[in-house]
Amino acid sequence: MCTMIVEKIKIDGSGKSREGWFSLEQANVSYDHPFNAPLEHALNIDFVNETQGPGARVAVELSAEAARALVETIQAVLDRAEKGGHIV
Amino acid sequence: MVQTDMYEGMLAETVTMQGANNETINAYFARPLGPGPFPAMVIIHHMPGWDEWYREATRRFAHHGYAALSPDLYFRAGHGTPEDVAAKVRADGGVADDQAVGDIAGAMHTLRSLPYINGKVGVFGTCSGGRHAFLAACRVQGFDAVVDCWGGGVVMAPEDLTPQRPVSPIEYTADLTCPILGIFGDDDHSPTPEQVNQHEAELLKHGKTYEFHRYPDAGHGFFYYHRPSYRQAQAVDGWQKIFAFLEKYLQ
Repeated sequence: MCTMIVEKIKIDGSGKSREGWFSLEQANVSYDHPFNAPLEHALNIDFVNETQGPGARVAVELSAEAARALVETIQAVLDRAEKGGHIV
Repeated sequence: MVQTDMYEGMLAETVTMQGANNETINAYFARPLGPGPFPAMVIIHHMPGWDEWYREATRRFAHHGYAALSPDLYFRAGHGTPEDVAAKVRADGGVADDQAVGDIAGAMHTLRSLPYINGKVGVFGTCSGGRHAFLAACRVQGFDAVVDCWGGGVVMAPEDLTPQRPVSPIEYTADLTCPILGIFGDDDHSPTPEQVNQHEAELLKHGKTYEFHRYPDAGHGFFYYHRPSYRQAQAVDGWQKIFAFLEKYLQ
């Protein structure tokens, strides 16, 4: 909690934790200390369902560079899907 | 100091205690066996949670002769692995300062109620725990020493204040009633060396007893042997500084 930079968004989808698949309700995006990535701060995304407790979480911890590349890639893939008429 | 021909024993276990608003929370407690009297320490965990490193740190203080109590400041966020619980707290913007101070005060009062305490209680924390330790030592009467290891957010810009963290802790410096030891890395980004300078200047301005030690080639969390931030020589020296400081003020 040293930077306190965090945003939450409501999302739809599924995530897979060590307990198996669960419905996602929210993504928590922070730039703060990671638990595992070898960085002082990381772009952390926790895909969660708070109604199922703290263990319903799929976590990624990315370098800022990797996170920016991921955002661009997601956008590019969605653009292609949209152009192909796959997003209705 | 342990000698090879002496008896040594320790009790370490999860206990409950009364925290902020008299709510029952979990804590990890470690103490040397024997009648005492022992000095006592409140051990405040870092942002990554009430985790294995903090259990080890709590036992380390017991190994050095302290009755050490580490409250779970994230108790109210629910239960799971320390990482999962800490991630939930991180998403919520951290625990409220008032609640953390209440939990730390509760830990101090719990220790003071024990029959084998020597009457001295200190508080130690790293990262957000260093900030919480300083905040509690300023806002609560009853601490005899405080150890702040790289506490980020002691110096806060007005735009960073939130309902949970409404006052920059440095504003409470005048109220600090015990000596403070600060351990910092020169390469840290939270707190930056400039923020450590501001903190030190404020302590000086108010005539507080303090020791600040700053380590070159060390960043945030340089005691954490499981992280790439670990710096062996600086960590060894930092621990020595901590136990020398506590021996001076708590023994």
